Amino acid sequence: MATNVKAQPVAEPAGGWYGAVLLAWLVPGAGHFLLKRPWRGALILASVALMFLLGLMMRGTMFQPQTGDVLTTIIYCGGFLGDLASGLFYLLTVWLGYAQPDMAGHVHDYGTKFLVAAGLLNVLAMVDVYEIATKQKD
Amino acid sequence: MPKMNLSHFEAAVLFALFASVVLGVITKRTDAERLRYGVRCFAYFLAALIGLGWLMKLGHG
Repeated sequence: MATNVKAQPVAEPAGGWYGAVLLAWLVPGAGHFLLKRPWRGALILASVALMFLLGLMMRGTMFQPQTGDVLTTIIYCGGFLGDLASGLFYLLTVWLGYAQPDMAGHVHDYGTKFLVAAGLLNVLAMVDVYEIATKQKD
Repeated sequence: MPKMNLSHFEAAVLFALFASVVLGVITKRTDAERLRYGVRCFAYFLAALIGLGWLMKLGHG
């Protein structure tokens, strides 16, 4: 079935696709803004920022890479990468001293998951930016 | 920074909302399809949340 979808022009990112992806990592949604997808960028920015902020307000903890048995390595190194994927939000939180110690309780636990999930959603947004910048997608 | 206390349900619904928005935004080709997909994802999240909640309640006795 033929679809009549009007393709939006893809702006060539100044630094190639890696510049757009790097910007998308640093500031969630910024890659979409760079590629002239402002509404999608705004929705990604709002979702990732709110999720990260709620995670901080729930006193979620930031993972630090740890090695040991396989499960510990996967959880802590994977969690650290998930946190790091939030870009500037993660860096500012650590630099400004808002990272919380690990505490027991379901709210803190949800906060930790919100912080990691915000980074993982940003990874999805970075993949989308890559596909748009390399013209694999509208 | 203010501290926020949410119930399991509230936290899970917020999680579902943000995840659905991003999943909707990065998939599909048109805005209408993205909106439909995002709403469907949110509905599936809620169905799983309520279904698993009942399952745990019934299993716990």
